[in-house]
Amino acid sequence: MSSSQQHETDVLIREQGYDDHFHEHHHGDKFQSNFITHYIFSQDHKIIARQFLITGIFWAIIGAGMSIIFRLQLGFPDDSLAWLKPLLGKWITINEAGVGALNPEFYYALVTMHGTIIVFFVLTAGLSGTFANLLIPFQVGARDMASPFLNMLSYWFFFLASVVMFFSLFLSTGPFAGGWTAYPPLSALPEASSGSGAGMTLWLVSLTFFVVSVLLGGINYVTTVLNLRTKGMSLWRMPLTVWALLVTAILGILSFPVLVSGFFLLMFDRGMGTSFYLSEIFVNGHALENVGGSPILYQHLFWFLGHPEVYIIILPAMGLTSEVLSVHSRKPIFGYKAMVYSILAIGFLSFIVWAHHMFMSGVNPFISNFFVIFTLIIAVPSAVKVFNWISTLYKGNIRFTSGMLFAIGFVSMFISGGLTGIFLGNSAIDIQLHDTYFVVAHFHIVMGIAAFFGMFAGVYHWFPRMYGRFMNETMGRIHFWVTMVGAYAIFWPMHYIGMAGVPRRYYRFDTFDAFGHFAGLNEFITVAAIIVFAAQLLFVFNFFYSIWYGRKMTTQNPWGANTLEWTTPIHAGHGNWPGNLPTVHRWAYDYSKEGAEKDFIQQHLPLTDKEKAEAENH
Amino acid sequence: MNTGTASGIMEQKTRKGIHAPLFALWAAMGSMVMMFGSLTSAYIVRQAAGNWLEFRMPDIFYYSTVVILLSSVTLHGSYWAFRNGKETMYKLLLPLTVLLGIGFIIMQYQGWNILYSIGVALDGNPGGSFFYVISGIHAAHVIGGVFALTVAMLHAFTLKYKPTEKRRRRFQLVLHYWHFVDFLWLYLFLFLLIQ
Repeated sequence: MSSSQQHETDVLIREQGYDDHFHEHHHGDKFQSNFITHYIFSQDHKIIARQFLITGIFWAIIGAGMSIIFRLQLGFPDDSLAWLKPLLGKWITINEAGVGALNPEFYYALVTMHGTIIVFFVLTAGLSGTFANLLIPFQVGARDMASPFLNMLSYWFFFLASVVMFFSLFLSTGPFAGGWTAYPPLSALPEASSGSGAGMTLWLVSLTFFVVSVLLGGINYVTTVLNLRTKGMSLWRMPLTVWALLVTAILGILSFPVLVSGFFLLMFDRGMGTSFYLSEIFVNGHALENVGGSPILYQHLFWFLGHPEVYIIILPAMGLTSEVLSVHSRKPIFGYKAMVYSILAIGFLSFIVWAHHMFMSGVNPFISNFFVIFTLIIAVPSAVKVFNWISTLYKGNIRFTSGMLFAIGFVSMFISGGLTGIFLGNSAIDIQLHDTYFVVAHFHIVMGIAAFFGMFAGVYHWFPRMYGRFMNETMGRIHFWVTMVGAYAIFWPMHYIGMAGVPRRYYRFDTFDAFGHFAGLNEFITVAAIIVFAAQLLFVFNFFYSIWYGRKMTTQNPWGANTLEWTTPIHAGHGNWPGNLPTVHRWAYDYSKEGAEKDFIQQHLPLTDKEKAEAENH
Repeated sequence: MNTGTASGIMEQKTRKGIHAPLFALWAAMGSMVMMFGSLTSAYIVRQAAGNWLEFRMPDIFYYSTVVILLSSVTLHGSYWAFRNGKETMYKLLLPLTVLLGIGFIIMQYQGWNILYSIGVALDGNPGGSFFYVISGIHAAHVIGGVFALTVAMLHAFTLKYKPTEKRRRRFQLVLHYWHFVDFLWLYLFLFLLIQ
């Protein structure tokens, strides 16, 4: 886009835009004039998005770093880990021969924290927190969120949750070690294991703050999308990113309170002597007084959140992917309405499938049938989406930028991981596969790697919008190819291990006759994991290097995209557009339209006479 | 519109005709519905598993239900008076609502004491524990409502009486939330009674 065209955009918004009397009230941003109000307690959605992203990156490094430590244990169970002593301290025990071993209790803590951190702090807060904040106000044409103040609180509750969780890592009794799902009785009895005491208390406190953050954010996102769209931005003109983030927020609002209910009952069991989840338990040979509780009740409450949570993670990644694929294929997204209905269908179905996580917990097999059917039905909207992504690429004028590569990688990962979901959705096959590495491989590919790919696609694509500079393309492509190949190298073999029945969460396998021969495969997985981790550090370097030294963005719309965020000034102030708000005349996907002079027509451009005539004929 | 931070940004609140803060409140109430819905579902699931303590609900919970229903009536009356220029009635019914709200919480507390004295303990059979937890979490939501009412009352007595659109909307937020916790209790009361 040349500078004269950029000027045209500004003139068009000034003359035809929607005047919300912004300039009459907005004499500079006197509330964000100093460092603290601008960068720390900021109410600007753009700054809050960056806060979520950078906090997410911090947690991703910790969460992934933990996985490297427990992969070392699984891949090389006999090798000395004494060199980790300076980092892990007493959790490495060194025997007389000088061989350092990872404390088994701490191994469980690492597995637990890896799950908690990646699921909640990275892929919920870091992903939807970042992009809902960045994109919702921009793409619907709003000055900011409905309540900038609650939006700021949303970040700071997340920060508080982060501080508490981080603190729990340094407890002398260790962080919680009973699995990220925190099933009772390990989570309900402080004396059950060393991490079940103070570690679990902090875990509960942290996640309660986290839920407050999600609710404050989610209520804001929904209100903003439904109430603050600019003139002409009807629901059916919204980009798919906004649709996905809207449904994500609705899922969060409806499912997280159920988790809180479960947590409340858990807190009462821990502190007040109630027996909601506890019944007839012996600890160290002593019988507890608790009678009449049901641990399955917790599983119901947990998974009523837990399953929508999976979609809270993947839907934003789907939205980002749809947008990036369309922009860099120079084609309208294929089947826009089908995409929206699929998002809605996935959102609805996510609430009636939770018990597929509990097939082996003793639930009634007839009830299982119900959940099997609805679980398999999710394959339908998912397949519609995959078909549409691939059709969007078909005969596209594809630009292989780093963001685009990750978007294509997302589709690949989503297919591979989604197919194994069909196996696991069947309660009969689950008898063999439940709690094995097959499950681990399935969910890591479909919601771990895929969601990370969507996030990377978003970060590379919108980095110029966030920082006014580009990320380095060469480093981006190295990052992509190592991650793409490496992720399959890690998780593909796990399917075979899982089919053989190797259970997840075990400390070592070489002592089992049935599993010992997988030692070579486990070594391979560990080496692949280390290489992929190194590639992520390259990304982190690229990210921070580019903030200060990246190639500068010289035009407003470097990708030639249609959505409204690319009509704002390169360094937009609080309020996004300096004068009027843009008025929207068309949907977000007018790419390569016949007869148009360019291969994209931005949403704020009025219809031509020919287009008006066509619209009337319909 | 010159209150709050970054006033220009607050300007947008009514772009699509719905008042954004009221919409946000309804979204939050949806979230609370899910929370209490899950608690009562958990109640049913746990009850079906047997070993369940049956007890008669103390009479005071019937009275407290009447009190909180009455408070909704007085608050709605106050809102009506506010809109129709009846300043005295507005300023009379609002404090009365606050008193009824506080009365409700005291009566709930009394009810828990009575329950405890007849042998239904929090740390006993889940049949009793659920009663305490559900009514307790509801009471916490009522306390939040009493704070909101108190703020509305302070507005009524410190600001000059002017039924502007902005103040009506502020009042409306409190009104909707209070009706919500009221009918929420009616649901929980009937649920606990029938079960």
